[in-house]
Amino acid sequence: MTWLVPLPVVIPLLAAGIALAFGRRPNLQRLIATAALTASLAVAVTLIIAVDAGPIVVNVGGWAAPVGIALVIDRLSALMLAVSVAVTLAVLVYSAAQGVADKGEGAPVSVYYPTFLVLSAGVSNAFITGDLFNLYVGFEILLAASFVLITLGGTRDRIRAGTIYVVVSLMSSLVFLTALALIYAATGTVNFAQLAIRLPELDSGVRLVLHLMLLIAFGIKAAVFPLSAWLPDSYPTAPAPVTAVFAGLLTKVGVYALIRTEVLLFPGGRLDTVLLVVALVTMVVGILGAVAQDDLKRLLSFTLISHIGFMVWGVALASQTGLSAAVFYVAHHITAQTALFLVAGLMEHIGGTTSLTRLGSLARLAPGVAILFFIAAMNLGGIPPLTGFLGKLGLLQASAEAGTPLAWTLVAGGLVTSLLTLYAMTKAWNMAFWQTAEHEPEPRPLPRSMAGASAGLVAMSLGLVAIAGPLVDYTDRAARDLRMRTPYIQAVLPEGEYPADVYNEAWGERDGEG
Amino acid sequence: MTFDVSPSLTLVLLAAVLVGVGVYLMLERSLSRIVIGLVIASNGINVLFLIAGGRAGDPPLNDGDHSTMADPLPQAMVLTAIVITLGMTAFLLAMAYRSWQLNGHDEVQDDLEDRRVVRRAARDLLSRRAADDSGATLAEDARVTRDETATDGAAR
Repeated sequence: MTWLVPLPVVIPLLAAGIALAFGRRPNLQRLIATAALTASLAVAVTLIIAVDAGPIVVNVGGWAAPVGIALVIDRLSALMLAVSVAVTLAVLVYSAAQGVADKGEGAPVSVYYPTFLVLSAGVSNAFITGDLFNLYVGFEILLAASFVLITLGGTRDRIRAGTIYVVVSLMSSLVFLTALALIYAATGTVNFAQLAIRLPELDSGVRLVLHLMLLIAFGIKAAVFPLSAWLPDSYPTAPAPVTAVFAGLLTKVGVYALIRTEVLLFPGGRLDTVLLVVALVTMVVGILGAVAQDDLKRLLSFTLISHIGFMVWGVALASQTGLSAAVFYVAHHITAQTALFLVAGLMEHIGGTTSLTRLGSLARLAPGVAILFFIAAMNLGGIPPLTGFLGKLGLLQASAEAGTPLAWTLVAGGLVTSLLTLYAMTKAWNMAFWQTAEHEPEPRPLPRSMAGASAGLVAMSLGLVAIAGPLVDYTDRAARDLRMRTPYIQAVLPEGEYPADVYNEAWGERDGEG
Repeated sequence: MTFDVSPSLTLVLLAAVLVGVGVYLMLERSLSRIVIGLVIASNGINVLFLIAGGRAGDPPLNDGDHSTMADPLPQAMVLTAIVITLGMTAFLLAMAYRSWQLNGHDEVQDDLEDRRVVRRAARDLLSRRAADDSGATLAEDARVTRDETATDGAAR
């Protein structure tokens, strides 16, 4: 099984190179990209099943951790990997139909698909790595790809919005890199498992500084409130599928890194109170921003920020139920938010604008789209029996178990945020589909695979409801392992911190037994 | 793995100065200054990695005494970081050039919403009951690029 682990990174990277070589043949590029991501998805789904027996570790190049670079898949990363690749594939099909690649307003035709594949490789790399520096490299891969995608075509709007995004992202990378240097200076390692052993031995002041620096770096990426101002301005100008994949994946990579930091590297919850407050403010401020918006894509960007707060809430509770709910919520939110952005793209395609005051009459023009948006919106708002409801219910339960005054405040904040989400989404639905448009748009045919990809993603979020029982069990087990920490550490360092022989001849022979 | 942990003061000061200069430049409006700031700051952080590796030692190639060997790992990391910074710098420069092509300057523009909020606040001073609509759509706003550092804008 171990040979499967690097594939979600290797396949898209190789395919990106091949696709670039066929720059003048977009149809072939599309085929290569779709095939690569389908293969990647198959691998990810296999891994999700295989990993239930215990974390799988691959020591790249045969050098055992902590000397070599370890790739580690545990339940958390396998789930994130599978959901993210599935969503990326759906967006790829959508964008192929929309022809972003073909009419990128003067863009060189050939870069879209390769960049998209590199983005997928970067995201997967961030999920499967067991090494802090490799995580940084994964971040940089996905950032570099996202820079190209967000400025696709180099129009005035996109350059303006892209500048902010690029500068803020690089700033967060600098903070992360500084933290890395300091962590190496303090502990002499960047391997997650070894860090988990060595960091608790540090002086508590030093540990606090390192912890805070990592939280700030990942907080910017995850768009947690005081660090989220860049997001609503930079995402909406990009083409719809690009925004959709950014919204679904990039912030979640930040959340994933936050989970690893909080649970594996710095357990004990020293900053849990801070994180709880941050989660509360993120939820409330984000959703208030959404309520005030007139532009659909901006509205969705603000709901994205707001719902990052829910995930941080679960992480900050640090109990098993809280973590389990947070992981479940990440899986839910990736599908729900991406589906919404894709449907928004459909609405833009039909209505010609994303301004809610100008949109209208869409219910008559495109009843199917109305239903898709409605389901996805209700999912985000947390209407039973959809996954949004299940995720929020888990968080509420975990918070009630914690029982502190702050936890109860968060319960109230979470409920208010859900209601306001519902209000914002209903308002958007009414304005776009129900009201009569001033200038009714010309009926335009909707490319079938565009609608199909959006419908597929909505169906996937409904499918998550169908398997919610096993999924919650799975996230419960993931959360238990995360909290125990030993399965992860033992899988990476089976012979303790100082193995006698760091080089195994048989490449990747080590199967983690947990 | 043991190495001398007391860092050289010169290197620490160098890193601090480089990062300080870099951050100062990154606070500027002009994208080309931000690029320079970014390069300087990341060089500062690279120096930090060198400090993290401990004092200089023997080359880690031959079968020498392990205790006097230099730690090769931070240098590998610095190398990676340098390559990444190079790529990012190239991209930023291209973007600054494109911005100059389109707008005649390479200034980082304000958030559209921020501009509208400022404009609305300015109108609120005129009438307490300001209309919610600022009179221009976001798309119209986005088409307008302005010199954010000029002092005659409506924002002041």
